[in-house]
Amino acid sequence: MTTVRTFVGNLGENWDRTVDRYNAQSKPVKILLTTLFTLFFFALPLLRPPVLTTEGIDFGSVMFRVAAFALVALGLNIVIGYAGLLDLGYVGFYAVGAYTTAVLTVYHGSWPFFLALPVAIVVTMITGVILGAPTLRVRGDYLAIVTLGFGEIIRICVTNIEWLGAAAGIKDIPHPNSIGPNPEGPFADKRGLFDIPRLEWDGLIPSLDHKRATHFLTFGSGDAIPYYWLLLTALLLVLFADRLIKASRVGRAWEATREDEDAAELMGVPTFKYKLMAFALGAAIGGMSGSFFASGQGGYINPQSFPLLLSMLFVAAVIVGGSGNRWGAIAGGALVAYLPERFREFADYRLFFFGLALTVLAVWRPEGLLPPRRTRRAKSVEAKIEALEEGEPV
Amino acid sequence: MTGTKALLEVDDVTIKFGGLTALDQVSFTINEGEILGLIGPNGAGKTTCFNVMTGVYQATSGQVRFDGTPLTRMKRHKITRLGIARTFQNIRLFKSMTVLENVMVGADTHSKVGFFDALFRTPRHRRTEGAALERAKELLDIVGITARGDELASNLSYGDQRRLEIARAMATGPKLLCLDEPAAGFNPAEKVRLMELIRRVRDEGYTVLLIEHDMRLVMGVTDRIVVLEFGRKIAEGLPAEIRDNPAVIAAYLGVDEEDAS
Repeated sequence: MTTVRTFVGNLGENWDRTVDRYNAQSKPVKILLTTLFTLFFFALPLLRPPVLTTEGIDFGSVMFRVAAFALVALGLNIVIGYAGLLDLGYVGFYAVGAYTTAVLTVYHGSWPFFLALPVAIVVTMITGVILGAPTLRVRGDYLAIVTLGFGEIIRICVTNIEWLGAAAGIKDIPHPNSIGPNPEGPFADKRGLFDIPRLEWDGLIPSLDHKRATHFLTFGSGDAIPYYWLLLTALLLVLFADRLIKASRVGRAWEATREDEDAAELMGVPTFKYKLMAFALGAAIGGMSGSFFASGQGGYINPQSFPLLLSMLFVAAVIVGGSGNRWGAIAGGALVAYLPERFREFADYRLFFFGLALTVLAVWRPEGLLPPRRTRRAKSVEAKIEALEEGEPV
Repeated sequence: MTGTKALLEVDDVTIKFGGLTALDQVSFTINEGEILGLIGPNGAGKTTCFNVMTGVYQATSGQVRFDGTPLTRMKRHKITRLGIARTFQNIRLFKSMTVLENVMVGADTHSKVGFFDALFRTPRHRRTEGAALERAKELLDIVGITARGDELASNLSYGDQRRLEIARAMATGPKLLCLDEPAAGFNPAEKVRLMELIRRVRDEGYTVLLIEHDMRLVMGVTDRIVVLEFGRKIAEGLPAEIRDNPAVIAAYLGVDEEDAS
């Protein structure tokens, strides 16, 4: 038990050390490391490492879900972590993005996915502004209640609007357009741009499995890995943008608003504008993730895909990962999606264990697995001062 | 030393909170380039006066004009942009941000850089960001906490936190700097250093409004003094005049009824 405790406790410090070591490298080494790191994640569903692989469910689709959650957590981290606005209805934006994509690609002129995606993002962003403009005037708990209601309103609306398929949802949502030969239909040609074989493990001995190769950039219903790659690419782009925005005036304004809204306002920060911006950006990213989800491998959405519980899971992902740290949010989102799939054998007890894990974390590590470095710095100083006050040697 | 142009005019301002009259028809002006002291016993309405000027409260009646512009119903961040900056009686820093970042938030006040500049790292973004950083460092130097730039604001000592508040307020590029009890909790040596700092700030070209309890500090540094008691202005004048004003002495020390008149 203590080992777990020390491990969890040191996670943040170890992460800091890793980041410092990375930053100390020269530029070519950095590029190399980043590329390797990225490649590893792209290759993960093909490598299928024995311990990580999920039993009884396709590892590729699990990884797709993991990436979708990581993207959502990254978006929600802007709202909760940076701007300090507790949004309990985030699933609403996820649903708006998914439904916009579904409606555009299925009903109206059968738009191609890559045209529907940006529209879905914009529509969700506008939804965010419409919800945010009146509600961001209330603070704290009140905002949480209003957003909670919003998430439910969206779900109940889509359940009752015939045009949106009501309870049956929308099915046969087209996949993103494939590049290269067509794997389905009358002119079926199974070979994509190029085929990548996956690894098959017999115990710890790997072998190449050529029979079930992944067709690069071919989005069929048989293989989730191309969808995962697409989503991971989007995640990386968002991650990069997030980094640029955070290290700028906008990021500072968010943080100042979160720390002390009145003081920020009196220091010339138009806090309402920046809160609305955080809200709209978060919404857009949630909508993006929803859009990928809708046109994913299954190609089917219904109101049950967007329960209130999902909102709670999203918030849990950000909090578990470490609110305010983008890597923490990604890790949190990934864990929340991955752990229940990995431990499917516990079936009925999954949620119980999940709740237990959250409780344990809340007790021992309330600031999350990877809290922002500055939170940790402040904590360690606090601890030192406390120790000094009690006359213990530091 | 004292300019003749009025920078801020408080004109017949009354504030009522329910039945309580916090400010009762208070009028005074602050001239450009001077250090004006605003003093009075606890609960006299000094901070309320600050809050009206910076847009935190709206006056029940009367008006505050800054550089000729009425501040009625103006958003707080716009007032700051117009040129009034303040510190807080109970320190309100952005605790989890570094010292430099705190000052840079203030420096961003006049920045035109927005979301897209940040996303695409435009030349304008680089310029503004560089200028803000330079200005922040300069200000830390002026208040004398250069060495602590990368510390978290919450890790500073009490005195340094007060200094940081002054630097942050100065970073917004104000014409008028309002200091709300900057010497609260300071020891005599720190107070002397603060007096030097306030003079230095004025010499940089700022007009300063100072709320303070410490009489020696107020008398030593201000050009003019306004005295409030129970929400009313009871005296105004040069420090020497205020020192000998019987009404002020009565307000501070309390005297028998017959002596007070």
